[in-house]
Amino acid sequence: MDDKLTQFGQDVWWLVLAKVLLVFVFLVLMTLFAIWYERRVVARMQVRPGPNRVGPAGLLQSLADGLKLAFKEDIMPKMADKAVFFIAPVISTTCAFTAFAVIPFGPTVSVFGEKTPIQLTDVPVAVLLVLACSSMGIYGIVLGGWASGSTYPLLGGLRSSAQMISYEVAMGLSIVAVFMTAGTMSTSQIVDAQKDTQTLTLGGFDLTVPGWYAFLLIPSFLIYAIAAVGETNRAPFDLPEAESELVGGFHTEYSSLKFALFFLAEYINMVTVSGLATTLFLGGWRAPWPISLWDGANQGWWPLLWFTIKVLLLLFVFVWLRGTLPRLRYDQFMRFGWKVLIPLSLLWILTLAGIRVVQGSDLTVQARLAVVGGPILVALAIWMFWPDKRKAIEDPGVHGVDAAGRIGGTEGFPVPPLNLEVPVSPRAQRVLGERETVSTSKES
Amino acid sequence: MTTADLLLVALGAVAVGAGVLVVSTRHIVRAGLWLVVNLLAVAGCYLVLAAELVAWVQVLLYVGAVVVLLLFAVMLTRAPIGASDDLDRPRWPGALIGGGAGLGLAALFVSGYRWSRVDLPSPGTATALGEQIFTAWVLPFEVVGVLLLAALIGAIVVSRPDIGSR
Repeated sequence: MDDKLTQFGQDVWWLVLAKVLLVFVFLVLMTLFAIWYERRVVARMQVRPGPNRVGPAGLLQSLADGLKLAFKEDIMPKMADKAVFFIAPVISTTCAFTAFAVIPFGPTVSVFGEKTPIQLTDVPVAVLLVLACSSMGIYGIVLGGWASGSTYPLLGGLRSSAQMISYEVAMGLSIVAVFMTAGTMSTSQIVDAQKDTQTLTLGGFDLTVPGWYAFLLIPSFLIYAIAAVGETNRAPFDLPEAESELVGGFHTEYSSLKFALFFLAEYINMVTVSGLATTLFLGGWRAPWPISLWDGANQGWWPLLWFTIKVLLLLFVFVWLRGTLPRLRYDQFMRFGWKVLIPLSLLWILTLAGIRVVQGSDLTVQARLAVVGGPILVALAIWMFWPDKRKAIEDPGVHGVDAAGRIGGTEGFPVPPLNLEVPVSPRAQRVLGERETVSTSKES
Repeated sequence: MTTADLLLVALGAVAVGAGVLVVSTRHIVRAGLWLVVNLLAVAGCYLVLAAELVAWVQVLLYVGAVVVLLLFAVMLTRAPIGASDDLDRPRWPGALIGGGAGLGLAALFVSGYRWSRVDLPSPGTATALGEQIFTAWVLPFEVVGVLLLAALIGAIVVSRPDIGSR
């Protein structure tokens, strides 16, 4: 066990309770605020006022909506699997809340004479815990969609599970680079590892950049950001809830407080991935550059403010994306995840491992050049001599498709037209034919 | 008995009970859910034994990915709400074989380790586990990797008739 983690798990009971309450209140307040924030920001982007009636500038709008939801009728669909229908939103919300337990809010502070870090707990594998919780949260969505006993929720649940599993792989791989650089999986130590500024030498210039992994590991940060949007089912990746295709997605049949729980879980997940991004890539609770020159910036309760500001900025990016980008088509989205994001992450991890090996060893300049240049040469050679694929694309036919458009002879199965010429359906032909005969018989 | 022992026994009981329910329930999706409970109980056992990394990886992979994929496949093909009568099977032979195998293994372990005391090794941190896997057990690890790759490629070849035998 690491020495640095011994400060956790030493708190008196009322302090633990207070921390649990802090996390809970923080998440609920962030959710209430984020809903209002999202509606106002999207409204501003679309040149309309947005909610501005309840409370100052409409700030209490989401509270009013929540109260209204609590007083609505709780509908149980006739076809539903009652136990599972009930338990699905509970799973979603529990997992969402649990994931935030290991996110560090700040350094050690003194509360009524007790010294304690502003973080509920930390374990050596804390980031894995967050990933595990978010992957368990999928169950809430899949089971909610299935247990409704209705078509649209089932389709929404299926889409959602496929999407979250795919993007979780990319997300996990993007975090691996952080583990490799920080040498630990505990959240508080990852924040510590980003403390010092780094000096980059670019063509003779010495650049001093913050030790944030967002700068040091730009590809990882970008992949994480994209995967996080996919993981939280947000626009432009909100296919499980595509209104134009699936009504409301997996929660179509839910009403009243159960619906509110799903809504809460969705926004908490947004806050969690933002908090994790802050912790892993943006220096956690440490103050950003100009403020960090002030000595007191990273002490006492101030870091709570820096953390909240960073999370709010990331939430703004979520809203910004929603206000800007159209929704992707489902197959494009899956192809992007599996064929672009995951290979890119793997390649980046390999490159990073190679760089670290070269840096850690005392090789001569020639050997270093060989190590760096070798893979590049091999990659270039593969790219040059790769069999030309364009021919296969221009040829609309597929191997083994006969004239009747079937694979495997008359016993095989049909394939859709691949040259984008949709044939007239037999039914339409028949209807046309009937109409013509009717008209001719009248004339005669 | 210490608290850890009690927890281990309780989690083991949950795992066995959930395992029995997996094969005895007539609701196909609920069988999957009981499997989740079973795997979570096993992960709890790992946690009690101070193997944190293994526990969370178990939750992440088995609960978070494998069973979700299983449920996904079941729902994609057929997932009736309520009991399915065609999930019946000859119960007594199955129960005999399963119970016999379980009890036999348990007896084997008890007789093998009854009087020997094993001190808990150092906690299963990521560092310790990584060192073990990539030094002492690197060959089995690589072989398992190649096996999984072969299984993946095989699945693709089997499921796509257009690339099978030209």
